[in-house]
Amino acid sequence: MSRTNESSPLPGSLSVNPRLDQWIRLIPATPGGRDTVGVSPGKVDIGQGISTALAQIAADELDVALERIAMRAPGTDASPNEEMTSSSLSIEHSGIAIRYACAEVRATLLQKAAERFGVSVERLTVEDGTVSVVGGGQSATYWELAEPGMFSRAATAQFPPKSPDEFRLIGTSVKRLDIPAKVTGRPSYVHDMMLPGMLHARVVRPPSYEARLASIDDEAAVRALPGLVELVRDGSFLAVVCETEAQALRAARALRNRAKWDDRTRLPAQAVVHEHLKTLPQSLHVVGEKTDAAAAATGARTLSAAFTKPYIAHASIGPSCAVAVWNEGRPEIWCHSQGIFPLRVDLAKALRMPEAEITVHHAEGAGCYGHNGADDVALDAALAARAVPGRPVRLQWMREDEFQWEPFGPAMSIELTASLDADGRIVDWTHELWSNTQSTRPGRQPEGTWLLAGWHLADPLPKPPPRMIPIAGGGGSDRNAIPLYDFPNQKVLHHFITEMPVRVSALRSLGAFANVYAIETFMDELAEAAGIDPVEFRLRHLKDARARAVIEAAADRAGWKGRAAGDGSTGMGIGFAQYKNKQSYCAVVAEVSLEEDLRVTRCVAAVESGLAINPDGIINQTEGGVIQAVSWTLKEAVPFDERGIRCMTWDDYPILRFDEVPEVDVVLIDRPDQKSMGAGEAAQGPTGAAIGNALARAIGVRVRDLPLTKDRIAKALV
Amino acid sequence: MTDTTLTLRVNGAERTVTCDPETALLYVLRNDLDLKGARYGCGQGQCGACTVLVDGKPVQSCNVPTSELAGRDIVTIEGLGTPEAPHPLQQAFIDEQAAQCGYCITGIVMSAKALLDANPRPTRAEIGAALRDHLCRCGTHARIVRAVERAAAALSAAR
Repeated sequence: MSRTNESSPLPGSLSVNPRLDQWIRLIPATPGGRDTVGVSPGKVDIGQGISTALAQIAADELDVALERIAMRAPGTDASPNEEMTSSSLSIEHSGIAIRYACAEVRATLLQKAAERFGVSVERLTVEDGTVSVVGGGQSATYWELAEPGMFSRAATAQFPPKSPDEFRLIGTSVKRLDIPAKVTGRPSYVHDMMLPGMLHARVVRPPSYEARLASIDDEAAVRALPGLVELVRDGSFLAVVCETEAQALRAARALRNRAKWDDRTRLPAQAVVHEHLKTLPQSLHVVGEKTDAAAAATGARTLSAAFTKPYIAHASIGPSCAVAVWNEGRPEIWCHSQGIFPLRVDLAKALRMPEAEITVHHAEGAGCYGHNGADDVALDAALAARAVPGRPVRLQWMREDEFQWEPFGPAMSIELTASLDADGRIVDWTHELWSNTQSTRPGRQPEGTWLLAGWHLADPLPKPPPRMIPIAGGGGSDRNAIPLYDFPNQKVLHHFITEMPVRVSALRSLGAFANVYAIETFMDELAEAAGIDPVEFRLRHLKDARARAVIEAAADRAGWKGRAAGDGSTGMGIGFAQYKNKQSYCAVVAEVSLEEDLRVTRCVAAVESGLAINPDGIINQTEGGVIQAVSWTLKEAVPFDERGIRCMTWDDYPILRFDEVPEVDVVLIDRPDQKSMGAGEAAQGPTGAAIGNALARAIGVRVRDLPLTKDRIAKALV
Repeated sequence: MTDTTLTLRVNGAERTVTCDPETALLYVLRNDLDLKGARYGCGQGQCGACTVLVDGKPVQSCNVPTSELAGRDIVTIEGLGTPEAPHPLQQAFIDEQAAQCGYCITGIVMSAKALLDANPRPTRAEIGAALRDHLCRCGTHARIVRAVERAAAALSAAR
């Protein structure tokens, strides 16, 4: 790590949260306990294990035992504002901030010890937070050396973090801190919170997007139900608050049966939604362009292909949940939002009060894989709790609330055209895509709100205009649309569709899944047209040594060389991408078998994320990314018709099951000399593409519309 | 329905609860008995997050009226082990790091317990079949299967 000079911005999230004691606090032991270090990131654990990786970093940089690190759940009252935990950026934002903050805390304490002992810093050594003079003599712990206010100052980042040869924990597969409690069923999620006097609430949502409450047939009958404490009715927002959860379930059912709605919902038919989206208001953006007319003139053959990806659900196993309480007119909320500070911006609008009067704490939920109902339920709980001041309210969405109302990963259409020269080199490439925004997360828009209940209030907030995520920030629908290969001519066009018939937002990897599916399966089509092996074809178009390394590693481990293309029912295919064109590299080789349905029997993934903080954490995230992408690719599409979303239960939205899961083998390439990068979203696109390519090599025809169902495959074979 | 007092045998202890007899066991476990390990996922017995053992068999507690369980032997995840002293099955999940968000995991451990009690050395296919009714969205399946295999080996060696 190089020393940062004074003119450059502070590293990672220190740049906007420079105060050291926002990140690191030395906490002296209470009687019977041990001295600890409180580490307070603004990034949240969403089941990806980031807390453990950040604890490893802190323990290593401070020279304390991992057991002394106390990771604090983020809250708007005390944590650095790190905006969203998304886009696989926690290691780059929070990890680097904690490294530098800890290095500075350690150096400051060493300086203090040097003064106290009358020796130079070079003569000091640290062992588990105890500073000693080398060769014996005086010693003192960090907690003895610390002085009040010592770290109530901005970081300078003038103290270089350790080099890889000094790491003890970074780079090792430290076991996750949270797993023992989770596998033994200890309270672990916001769902498990119990506060004294807590009430239970449920929402009763409209039956579809544009339905609004007309009347409630005998509201008094609902109010008279046993245990009902409050029926919250604000415009079309309905919730019941009861003494027990069972009572809340009954009251919600009764209220649902008695509510009458005016429903003006009109959605496009699912079968034509991609064509329909192209007709809606949109703006056109050139995402990337490269021109070499001489090279383009050498084009001998031109191929085109069109691809579609459906709406995909986050489909968290635990429906969204939040707990809220109002005291003296101020709400305090616990929820599993990926961005408690941005959420608070929108809560302030919807609750029509200053942000500073609202406290939001993060508490873990079930895995979210992007923007699910986590933010919406926080507002729901706050609205329900406002009706019963002083009493905490736990509001749990039901399965059908989540499936009906979560913002889905958007549908996309992609058209690719490429020309090959006589030697089988790609000399021209065009990528044109159509999609809605890939993020309607709260917090970023000056007017209106993306929070669901905000639209249903008697005095509703408008929906804000959708915004594009700039390609410099990783892109949205155009994420990974710019090819990683070396083409002399390329053009990437993004049709940003502003009207959104279906509620959409960020789903793990955003546009990368569909773009990589399209690019990488088209690469195989071009390889076939050129008569060149797909692995060899990719390598011929790729200079980046790190990219080549993952492709070669995956192909080697999978036994690519010498394997026949396919035999009519089984086949092997490859897919590759570097996430966002600037983060982790990943190549996947998939093997498929066409039985009654398409089955994926084996996946080999090679992944490289720079310096691996926790190798097993990266492998776990990669395995999970592969398996989730197998599910997306084979099975998933949100069902809807003209009258609304037709997704209520797991029957309506099947996902991959245990007896359908492929064998997964992950090869991790560690590069301690390169900066650490997030790894949670690298595998999705390459996995989908590898499956598409394996299918094509097995049966000799291509399926370009996802998911790869038996009907689509049968149609392609005709 | 009027509330009734029921006596349940949970994790070897007699527990008395007063509830509507139609209330699903899940809510009684979580709210009346403060056992949070069984979790709500779907309320329809489709995902397995709420699985407990009743007389040794996996039952989805979100979908079974509490009144049907009086006098039967209920074991929840809390009846296996603790973070400090995990059951060998739980230890195997820790050793394999077989969880990501972990929301589905307690139900899976309970079904795995029932499987290994009936079939101490299951094949990989038998494990897959036994866990078919459990949904995991993080994609931890491969590790979970390895954890069950590891537990089977450890438990068999200890026999």
